[in-house]
Amino acid sequence: MSTKTNPPAAVLAVAEKTGGWRERVQQLFALAGLVLIFIVFSIARPQIFPSWSNVTAILFSATVVGLLALGVTLVIITSGIDLSVGTGMTLTAVMAATFIVNWHIPIWLGVIMTLLFGALIGLINGVNVAVFGLPPFIATLAMMLVAQGLALVISNAAPIYFDPENFSAYLWLSTGKLVPGLPNAVLVFALAAVVAFILLNKTLLGRYDISIGSNEEATALSGINTKKWTMIIYAVAGLFTGLAGVMISARLGSAQPSTGAGYELQAIAAVVIGGTSLSGGKGTIVGTVIGALIIAVINNGLQIMSVRQEWQNVILGLVILVVVFIDQFRARQAATT
Amino acid sequence: MTTTETAAATGAHNAELLLQVEGVEKSFPGVKALEDMRLDLRRGEVLGLVGENGAGKSTLMKLLTGIYTREAGDFWLDGQPLQVTSPKEAQEAGLAIIHQELNLVPHLTVAENIWLGREPVTGGFFTQPGAQVQKTRELLSQLGMHIDAKAPVSSLPVAKQQMVEIAKALSFSSTKVLIMDEPTAALNEAEVDQLHELIRRFITPQTGVVYISHRMAELKRIADRITVIRDGHYIDTMPMAETSLDQVISKMVGRSINTEARPEGVRDDRPIVLSVSDLSTKALLQDVAFDLHRGEVLGFAGLMGAGRTEVARAIVGADPVTSADVILNGNRVTISNPAQAAHHGIGYLSEDRKRMGLMLSLPVSHNIAVSSLSERFTRFGFLRNKAIIEAAEAARKLLSIKTPDVNQLVKYLSGGNQQKAIIARWLVKDCDILIFDEPTRGIDVGAKEEIYQLLNKLASQGKSIIMISSELPEILRMSHRVVVMADGRITGILSAAEATQETIMRLATHRDDAVTTKTEKAGI
Ligand SMILES: Nc1ncnc2c1ncn2[C@@H]1O[C@H](COP(=O)(O)OP(=O)(O)OP(=O)(O)O)[C@@H](O)[C@H]1O
Ligand SMILES: [Mg+2]
Repeated sequence: MSTKTNPPAAVLAVAEKTGGWRERVQQLFALAGLVLIFIVFSIARPQIFPSWSNVTAILFSATVVGLLALGVTLVIITSGIDLSVGTGMTLTAVMAATFIVNWHIPIWLGVIMTLLFGALIGLINGVNVAVFGLPPFIATLAMMLVAQGLALVISNAAPIYFDPENFSAYLWLSTGKLVPGLPNAVLVFALAAVVAFILLNKTLLGRYDISIGSNEEATALSGINTKKWTMIIYAVAGLFTGLAGVMISARLGSAQPSTGAGYELQAIAAVVIGGTSLSGGKGTIVGTVIGALIIAVINNGLQIMSVRQEWQNVILGLVILVVVFIDQFRARQAATT
Repeated sequence: MTTTETAAATGAHNAELLLQVEGVEKSFPGVKALEDMRLDLRRGEVLGLVGENGAGKSTLMKLLTGIYTREAGDFWLDGQPLQVTSPKEAQEAGLAIIHQELNLVPHLTVAENIWLGREPVTGGFFTQPGAQVQKTRELLSQLGMHIDAKAPVSSLPVAKQQMVEIAKALSFSSTKVLIMDEPTAALNEAEVDQLHELIRRFITPQTGVVYISHRMAELKRIADRITVIRDGHYIDTMPMAETSLDQVISKMVGRSINTEARPEGVRDDRPIVLSVSDLSTKALLQDVAFDLHRGEVLGFAGLMGAGRTEVARAIVGADPVTSADVILNGNRVTISNPAQAAHHGIGYLSEDRKRMGLMLSLPVSHNIAVSSLSERFTRFGFLRNKAIIEAAEAARKLLSIKTPDVNQLVKYLSGGNQQKAIIARWLVKDCDILIFDEPTRGIDVGAKEEIYQLLNKLASQGKSIIMISSELPEILRMSHRVVVMADGRITGILSAAEATQETIMRLATHRDDAVTTKTEKAGI
């Protein structure tokens, strides 16, 4: 094409520098934090913590929170919130077991149906928010309770087991090792993160996501069907929830209907640590992945150091505070110079 | 009055002045906003401050009121060195400011906004909403403003919000210097007169006003002297009475502007692209009916609250209607949201730049491209970022938007340049029908003329433009025909030949008793 030389290279270079400058610094901080925490634990427990088997355990546990956090990132960027991902994941896990174990649906189809079921949960959230105008907090809080209840009802409040004889292929999805030494769950998470990254940065969905978060009314008046896109974004978050449901049940070898609550907060924490602003309009997938890893490292490290669960929560809470403090401090610095 | 030693030590300081600014500098990443800026305000005067979009006017005012920190230079207020670090301190020192962008809290009421941070309290804790509303009513009636003290600010049109800002600034009793950054951008002539009356009442031998505006005729009426700045530099200060507007303009832009004559001729022979009839809303509009021809600029004039913005929002489906009959290129259509309107080739530029126009936290390029992303800037759903930047660059050149680059966040642009960015949004989109609500709000005289010429060019290429404006000269300059509204109805449609200040004002002030029958209107 003859227009190739049109945008002055210098302009593009400046654009590169100013565009995501702040976000990149934020990510650098988060990454530095991750490395620092890792080093501290490695020094404290040099035998166990940095071993390969422990590292895969950390990655493994980052997967579930991470998958949820990917979807939550997209929702939070619209300046919404999704509290239903934790119990939503439980419900989708129960559905996966129902489809595959109870109804004898082929595994591949059962997995697809589970993902779609997750998307349906998200879509209902999206309809409640975009069409009926419910505040996202309320809409997804209600869904959180509904999903929690339904998971118990459908499973008769008992775990549903994928017995390894018949369903080894299902378990392989999470625990198999397509790449030697690395559980498939980690691969799935990596792949999902790439997809989320592309969605957010390279597609209309991402651009509208950010635009809605920055100013929904102005975006609507620009001729964008903001209601439709809001619904789609919540549905995509639901899709990630469904994927997390598959991954966790395949790893545990069962759908556990009474777990899941609390994961939504860990996911939101991962998003916030990653630098996505709760007021919407900005956020990064890379940050969220780092956030999920930080949470996994802290949980794992404290466990290895035999810190009680209660204290683990206290420490995680403090980490969130510190991270948000630093971010706001830097934002203020940037605003007044 | 004693002059302080520190001030006397500086040779440049003049104790006679109410407000003095010397050698002030301020830069932002990539921009030197102010360089060696000067300003003096005498006691008892109104000083006009003019300059092109991005010249540095608002920046200077933000330095004075402690929002930004200056890199060099001195301020003196009433003989004392002025050193404030926050708007609150500025307030206490006697500097009140009305910002270019509205700064009200949308969900709070008028009364709550005016007394925000100064609420009457008992026991140092319990608010007294009753007393607050009472005080607000007194203030508003004293100022001759007809605004409900208990209405949430978000329910008010921009012009009324602007009045609330003015009332708020005037409610501080200790104010010596009142700074107004484009206070009239949202107001029509009658409201401007009202504001000028308020300013004259505010002025005493102890007080002064700095009045920033792009409306030259207005400055001629209210300002005693006028200071011109350009590209962050001080240019000159002149007594208003002895200065011609042309002189001011040429100092301001550094060149002369040639203005085009107003368009002539009715365009009734052209096909009708949009025919609206029977348009009513619950709140205001009653049986609004008009036709828009291909290649026509149809002006919409009227006083604040006449319903012009409501007509625009109803047409694009932004607000619900009770009845509407819209025929687009011969086909009856129902438009229930702006996305459908855009799909039908109708674009709407809102009068409320900050709340309904800009995505402030996003780059200029996004603000320009947002409406056209799906049809022009994607391939298989993937964004073509390079094409977005190119289009934004082209728009930047066309409208001379002042920004270091198009990836700059739009919140860092000056008000007029932000306005240009949202105009660019609709130029990039390529709609057949453009509804522009106060398109030149906050745009400097030179750029205004360029935008007029651009709109004329679009019209001659076959686009149809509805232009809502509170500035009569603009309506007269641009329109092939003028629709005049009052109280939610159309009170007249004038051809270019019939339209004058007087005919429009007469129709605009038509009250209910004057409009008797609906058939009369239908006949217009
Ligand atoms: N916070 C900021 N960050 C970066 N650049 C800024 C910032 N504020 C202002 N600028 C730049 O400084 C210059 C002066 O802006 P300013 O708002 O003072 O212009 P102005 O004279 O008020 O223009 P207008 O008539 O359009 O309101 C502009 O080029 C603008 O882009
Ligand atoms: Mg300004």
